[in-house]
Amino acid sequence: MLLNASGCLDALAAPDVARSLDAFVTKTVTPLPRGGNSPVRIAETDVGMLNSIGLANPGRDRFLAETLPRLRELGVPLWVSVGGFAAAEYAETCALLEDVTIELNLSCPNVDEAPESAAEIVAACRAATELPLYAKLSPATRDVAETARAVEDAGADGLSLVNTIRGLTLDEHTLRPRLGTAVGGLSGPALRPVALAAVWACYRAVSLPIVGMGGVATGRDALELIAAGATHVALGTVLFADPDAPARVRRELAAEAVARGFAEPSHARGVAHAEARSLDARSRVEVEKALEFGPNLPLDPQDSGASIPRRGDEDPGAGAGSIARPAHGRP
Amino acid sequence: MVTRRAALSVVGVEPVGPYTLLRVRRGGLEPGRPGQFFMLEAPGRLLPRPMSLCLAPPGELAFLVDPIGPGTRALCALGPGDHLRVLGPLGNGFDLDVERPLLVGGGIGIAPLPYLSQALGGPPAILGFRSPRHAEAAALLPRAEVVVEPTYVTEAMPLDRDVLACGPEPMLEAVRRLVPDAQLAWEAPMACGYGACYGCAVEIDGELRRLCVEGPVLAAARS
Ligand SMILES: Cc1cc2nc3c(=O)[nH]c(=O)nc-3n(C[C@H](O)[C@H](O)[C@H](O)COP(=O)(O)OP(=O)(O)OC[C@H]3O[C@@H](n4cnc5c(N)ncnc54)[C@H](O)[C@@H]3O)c2cc1C
Ligand SMILES: Cc1cc2nc3c(=O)[nH]c(=O)nc-3n(C[C@H](O)[C@H](O)[C@H](O)COP(=O)(O)O)c2cc1C
Ligand code: FES
Repeated sequence: MLLNASGCLDALAAPDVARSLDAFVTKTVTPLPRGGNSPVRIAETDVGMLNSIGLANPGRDRFLAETLPRLRELGVPLWVSVGGFAAAEYAETCALLEDVTIELNLSCPNVDEAPESAAEIVAACRAATELPLYAKLSPATRDVAETARAVEDAGADGLSLVNTIRGLTLDEHTLRPRLGTAVGGLSGPALRPVALAAVWACYRAVSLPIVGMGGVATGRDALELIAAGATHVALGTVLFADPDAPARVRRELAAEAVARGFAEPSHARGVAHAEARSLDARSRVEVEKALEFGPNLPLDPQDSGASIPRRGDEDPGAGAGSIARPAHGRP
Repeated sequence: MVTRRAALSVVGVEPVGPYTLLRVRRGGLEPGRPGQFFMLEAPGRLLPRPMSLCLAPPGELAFLVDPIGPGTRALCALGPGDHLRVLGPLGNGFDLDVERPLLVGGGIGIAPLPYLSQALGGPPAILGFRSPRHAEAAALLPRAEVVVEPTYVTEAMPLDRDVLACGPEPMLEAVRRLVPDAQLAWEAPMACGYGACYGCAVEIDGELRRLCVEGPVLAAARS
């Protein structure tokens, strides 16, 4: 499934772009309206960009009354990104939503991203709604896999990985910060290895579906995130330069997957882990065979020692069970 | 108005004083209204750069580019036959329903004025520049009175006209103080140009709003 990254597309300003996605993710909605930070709010860097938008949004009430009904008219499945400053605020917004998937933006200003506080927010939201809950995590924590385990235990249905990391850029002449807030969130190609590492670590730690994002610009980038463990892929910064990216990435992804012997991109889920886990020569040969002939040659999980992933989800990674998987779940 | 993105081929790259007039084949893109802009892929850069349409020769789109940084320098380094992706036209242009138009421009801010001048049948213009070399760009439009620093356009401007202006922020603010109903074309750093990033927010009607959606041309009272 191909999504946009929260904050990187306004479906009402660009409905055609939103319709080219499998679902539209809103900009983070906070309880109160926010104008966002003072300009300058964006700056290009060598292999990425910095933003200090500051969660500009109309606030929960206006979002529910005005924005959401108009978004529904687009006919695209909706994910609402929910933000706040405390668990109760997140939960209140969740309780007011219907018929959407919820993405909890746990990297809001003032929100502590320690595993316990992330879990507290997810637990509060879990108690407030039965809607699917994705926890969006920053990679800038000591151990993102630990946070992933904590939010899984607290009832999250999925993970969104990753949010931006902090960066600074200076004006070449004045040597002063180019952003109004000085420091901002780094996104784009520079974030891609960071995203891969986070998806990799979380795939090994939990058995939740994962929306992978961070610097995806091509089908190959998307396939790598899937190989690291993502079930869905989201496009962010690339949309700014290329509003046609969804159709292009989808096309490229299908071709890149087929070129490597996967009938569907989802069949490549987790293959990056195959090599790392194969302890004995026998399973290594089987993995190689699987990679060579594609997923139509299922490994016997008993035989190779791989556990079958728990998949109760509608996600396209369901076919991934045929790929050897690392020792999965909690240690 | 249809906004499209297409790979367009460069037909000409001509120096105009310190600026460069970049002419590309129009492809399937419409030129739009004067004051609207396009996002131009800057070779080797992650983000495209906003550029006002300067002229719309038959079958072409022409942009006047001031090479001030990596993106604009890359655009000026293009050569005939090169391709670049262009998205547009974007934003809201000038309201052409004016009785006694006067075009006011400063520096690279004159970029949208040649096309605007054509649409309005060649009204008078007052253009301010940093140096006589920069002032060579005044040849792009007819009936232009030129002032060079330390003289400012606001010192030479009649006040009983419908002013349509584009230029650096201090100039636009000075124009707004003198002519409260002027139409002003503003600038802000833009990542997308089509409302996706919220990076271009400026204060409009007392709130932070997206300049690429509400502008770049705003009535002075709103800005
Ligand atoms: C609607 C619109 C229309 C425009 N039309 C034209 C045009 O017709 N011709 C033209 O040459 N330029 C135009 N610009 C400005 C142009 O887009 C920027 O100069 C360009 O993006 C700078 O990119 P760069 O990589 O060369 O420099 P950067 O490295 O991005 O910037 C170099 C320096 O200029 C400053 N800067 C960058 N962008 C802006 C900006 N928008 N306003 C003020 N300072 C800025 C930076 O802070 C930095 O100090 C327009 C901008 C907008 C918003
Ligand atoms: C301009 C901008 C605004 C963003 N706003 C939000 C936001 O409101 N909520 C959120 O969870 N993430 C936000 N993000 C982060 C993106 O959703 C995404 O996690 C990040 O940009 C990495 O993906 P990318 O490299 O493909 O852009 C924003 C990113 C950018 C560039
Ligand atoms: S430039 Fe992206 S919203 Fe205006």
